[in-house]
Amino acid sequence: MTYPMSRQRRLDPPDELFDDPAPVRPLTFADGHVGWLVRGHAAGRAVLSDPRFSTEPDLQHPLVASRHLPKGRVPPGFFLRMDAPDHTRYRRLLTGHFTVRRMNQLQPRIEEIAATCLDDMERAGPPADLVRDFALPIPSLVICELLGVPYEDRENFQNESARLLRLDSSPGEMESAVDDLVKYFYTLIARKRVEPANDLLTGLIGGGELEDDEIAGMGFLLLVAGHETTANMLALGTFALLEHPEQLALVRDDPAVIDNAVEELLRYLSIIHVGPTRTAVEDVVIEGTTIRAGECVALSIPAANRDPSRFADPCALDVRQPAGSHLSFGHGIHQCLGQQLARIEMRVAYPALLRRFPSLRLAVPAEEVPMRADMSIYGVHSLRVTW
Amino acid sequence: MRVTVDTGVCVGAGMCALTVPAVFDQSEEEGLVVVLRSEVPAGLEQAVRRALTLCPSGALAAV
Repeated sequence: MTYPMSRQRRLDPPDELFDDPAPVRPLTFADGHVGWLVRGHAAGRAVLSDPRFSTEPDLQHPLVASRHLPKGRVPPGFFLRMDAPDHTRYRRLLTGHFTVRRMNQLQPRIEEIAATCLDDMERAGPPADLVRDFALPIPSLVICELLGVPYEDRENFQNESARLLRLDSSPGEMESAVDDLVKYFYTLIARKRVEPANDLLTGLIGGGELEDDEIAGMGFLLLVAGHETTANMLALGTFALLEHPEQLALVRDDPAVIDNAVEELLRYLSIIHVGPTRTAVEDVVIEGTTIRAGECVALSIPAANRDPSRFADPCALDVRQPAGSHLSFGHGIHQCLGQQLARIEMRVAYPALLRRFPSLRLAVPAEEVPMRADMSIYGVHSLRVTW
Repeated sequence: MRVTVDTGVCVGAGMCALTVPAVFDQSEEEGLVVVLRSEVPAGLEQAVRRALTLCPSGALAAV
């Protein structure tokens, strides 16, 4: 089989993923390589936490034909695509900036940003596009302030990151999006050397351990990862709640459910729906299947997160179901660096939206909501809502 | 129950500090795991076991 991409229902992963209960199945990659699809929860955890699987770009095979950047085209400092110890060196310079405590301290500011978005929506009156007016601005502004990226530049970086995440972008288009974003960070770094500020980029420059090209690659990674992911969770999560009114009412009315509701939405929606991939550097046995050195494995996070051997009622959206062990932030050394930020953003944003507009509803039929089946991060392109 | 940690493998994801803040914290500078009480207070054993499962890097152990 090839990597399943076509969904039968908007909020459910492709049915093909569940045809066969085997946690590891043969898979043909877009370049013809025969590797493996890892769809079980335990198998996914095992692959992601095993150092015998590499994330180095040159060892991977593409799941989608056009989308493959050779190592030489991945910017220095882009540690998502590095193994230990290179990965460790970069990540350790950032972990202190994304701790639970530091992210909790951002809560009042995130509340303020969310309230401003809601004020603007209220003033303009319905209908609104929830992506443009709420889901995208909140995480964009938060990550801009954290990194020290001028928010006025958002149109530029939002367009470039969209180009990067489109599944049908040609390698040339992807490379130019990477180049443009890295160049943007070079300019920004030069400016910050002259005018230092109290932000993460200035901190990395002042630390003196990194070259400018490494800081640019790290900034690029944090900026794209920091806004596209949460933006899609906020918009798609709202869509899912609108489709499950009893769940929406719980999130709106019961402050005690929000922490688990965020985990459940992360599990149920699994917006990272293409990969990740890893390649075995030696033979590894995963759940009884031998993966030979050189063979590439592709995970399905949506399938792992709906593994019936792990979750009691995997296909139901139930904000009271314990969902905390989902793989939506990954597992192993690459587990999402910004996950505590994403959690706070979601814990603030969903209830703020639903309490401000208790009668929130779709302004278009659900089947007309444009889904991001064409993007490497799932979600909705827009969400027309009224109240 | 006693917990031990390996800051050499910790990746600072913060799952332990999120799950059992009475037992785990993260260092200010590097965000790596800090044990507040190595002897787990009664009633928190289950939460600590949960933190061990959620830890992405295998930095936590309990005996």
